[in-house]
Amino acid sequence: MKLRRQSRSGGFPTGRDPRRSRGRRCLTVAAAILLFGVTVGSANPVVIGSKKFTESYVLGEIAKRALNDAGIPAEHRQGMGGTIILWQALRGGQIDAYPEYTGTITQEILKGDNASSLEEIRISLTKFGVGMTEPLGFNNTYALVMRRSEAQRLGMRTISDLQKYPDLKIGLTHEFLDRQDGWQPLRERYALPQQNVIGIDHALGYSALANGSIDVKDAYSTDAKIKQNDLAVLEDDLQFFPKYEAVFLFRLPIPTDAIAALRRLEGTLDEKRMIRLNAEAERTKNYTTAADLYFDVEAPRPSGYSGPSHTAESFPHKLARWTLRHLQLAGFSLLLSVIVGIPLGIVASRGGPIGQGILGFASIVQTIPSLALLALLVPLPFFGISARTAIAALFLYGLLPIVRNTASGLQDIPRSLRESAIALGLSPIVRLWEIYLPMASRSILSGIKTSAVINVGTATLAALIGAGGLGEPILSGLNLNDHVTILQGAIPAAVLALLVQWFFDLLDRVLIPKGLRL
Amino acid sequence: MSALVRLVDVSKRYAGAPALHSTNLSIERSKTTVLIGPSGCGKSTLLRLIIHLIEPDSGSIEFDGELITPDNIGALRRRVGYVIQEGGLFPHLTARANVLLMARHVEKSHEEMQKRLLELCELTRFSGSLLLRYPIELSGGQRQRVSLMRALMLSPELLLLDEPLGALDPLVRSSLQKDLKEIFACLGQTVLFVTHDLAEAIYFGDQIVLMNEGRVVQKGTVSDLRDKPAGRFVSEFINAHRGIALT
Repeated sequence: MKLRRQSRSGGFPTGRDPRRSRGRRCLTVAAAILLFGVTVGSANPVVIGSKKFTESYVLGEIAKRALNDAGIPAEHRQGMGGTIILWQALRGGQIDAYPEYTGTITQEILKGDNASSLEEIRISLTKFGVGMTEPLGFNNTYALVMRRSEAQRLGMRTISDLQKYPDLKIGLTHEFLDRQDGWQPLRERYALPQQNVIGIDHALGYSALANGSIDVKDAYSTDAKIKQNDLAVLEDDLQFFPKYEAVFLFRLPIPTDAIAALRRLEGTLDEKRMIRLNAEAERTKNYTTAADLYFDVEAPRPSGYSGPSHTAESFPHKLARWTLRHLQLAGFSLLLSVIVGIPLGIVASRGGPIGQGILGFASIVQTIPSLALLALLVPLPFFGISARTAIAALFLYGLLPIVRNTASGLQDIPRSLRESAIALGLSPIVRLWEIYLPMASRSILSGIKTSAVINVGTATLAALIGAGGLGEPILSGLNLNDHVTILQGAIPAAVLALLVQWFFDLLDRVLIPKGLRL
Repeated sequence: MSALVRLVDVSKRYAGAPALHSTNLSIERSKTTVLIGPSGCGKSTLLRLIIHLIEPDSGSIEFDGELITPDNIGALRRRVGYVIQEGGLFPHLTARANVLLMARHVEKSHEEMQKRLLELCELTRFSGSLLLRYPIELSGGQRQRVSLMRALMLSPELLLLDEPLGALDPLVRSSLQKDLKEIFACLGQTVLFVTHDLAEAIYFGDQIVLMNEGRVVQKGTVSDLRDKPAGRFVSEFINAHRGIALT
């Protein structure tokens, strides 16, 4: 767990889930299933979930320690995904509690209910068998931020001040652009004139802000990066943003002493303290350390705890784990693609509406962006948040090259040879197995090779739904804007792709009949 | 003796265009019948109908007194050998594997197959040392000899040859023509031979069937065609080839 945490640590800036893109949120679902699978057998500890950003990790760790301190066994499934995933996991009993925000509950979970006060929210949640603590003490709401120097130069203090500077470039997370409490209503409310608005990843947005590519971006009020980057928060002078008070949601059936332990956290975390914990978590890349800080303000951990060196898992070990998982994902999905793709290719090679349909389907699948495909699969009953979803998506992507190459390899067999096989009196099965497929073997194998390389590349996306693999360090690195971490995943992935290519070149020599290689 | 193959009122259209008009034809046992005519005259269509690579639109085809249907075609194909212009050898199989392919599937014993293979090598003058080569490692002439061995492996009653020598250079062609004729005579083989070359037709043909535009124009010996042409087309066809045919 430590490694996992380590590799993802600071994976997202101190944001809150509502701002995570929806796609990513859905994707993250699959991650969780994996994690679930591992622990199903253990002896009923209270399971805390957290969303995939620093603050949620920290709150999850705090809850775990609070429960442990009360003598209740607890474990923390970190970074399972976004709101929908955590909410579904809670309702499904895969987790017992997780940190949430009141604004998110009203906007995202109880959309239709018009619950606004804490009491109304609590009543609505009861219908789902879910309870809610009182606020923990801080409000992590949306904020618009600017470079402090720029804000001072222009004399800007509030969001209303934006009206005076229509030329400012605004960069917003994609989710904020889309949200019902996001950019469109905000712009209407404040009558903002800016036309130059782009969508940008949250972590990258801070870099863009620093180098002047954009002037204004969205952030969360407890985001440690605001302080780190010396940014000014524009005051929400028209009180547009709803309150995002942090609470814990829990399943009502969990033991009362566990609920009591969670409730002891109520009102104990103000914004200043939360920002500090977030900053500590991002600095040390260790959420346990940050959580310990909450319980042990007077005795901060020795400096040796900072930095990645605290981890117990060596890099080679991590690399082996990522690579093995990566190969499992790519290999198993490839196997499925081959098992399904070759027969489909055989059918498709006969042409007609069915053949056209098969090729059309495979082509359409290929055009769906991988993120979108993952997001589409996650809500389906069999898939949900599991490695299954990653494998299914990779399987679908691997299908087209195999189907198409099988079909075209078979279609390219000269008519004279087909007819010779028929005229000899060979049965259809023998013709296919001994004549047609071997003759098409070069084409089929090259399709499989293409699929394999695509799968090795695409499998990095599996990390988005927590299925692990070499995408794990890549994603962490992207979110941290940490090139070394990115390369820790990207280089092995590239090497893996080369090895796969090389392996299949070797396989060609074994599987393609000699007569076709001369 | 009755004909081995009998076509009665057989016709075939491709996409509406007649490839073969209603045709009657008998193929006599132990003789070589040559189908000749210009490209597109329907001679290959007729051959392909006999081995049921295509189905006739009308009429019936009998093999050894038995009506050819989709049900019995599988068994009948094993009684027919088929050789095409480029040999039709499967490139992923050695010469030997090509020849033995069908025999393996009718569960011939290994000894039986080996014995037959040696017989065929001798018959077709194919060097046994080349048997483990792949088609691409063989010359055009060698490939046709392997193709012939494959066609003869199960001792077929009928041998269908669709321009088997068409892609060979003249010297190889001439030596293969000679060998083929000896083989047919030696086996007393019933042969249906398609060619567009009159000299070849005369060389092989006990009976020559001249076709044009999907119809049989005239059947007979070469002297029948030359001396009693059944129409202007026959004279013209003979005359066009005269220079070569009579050398």
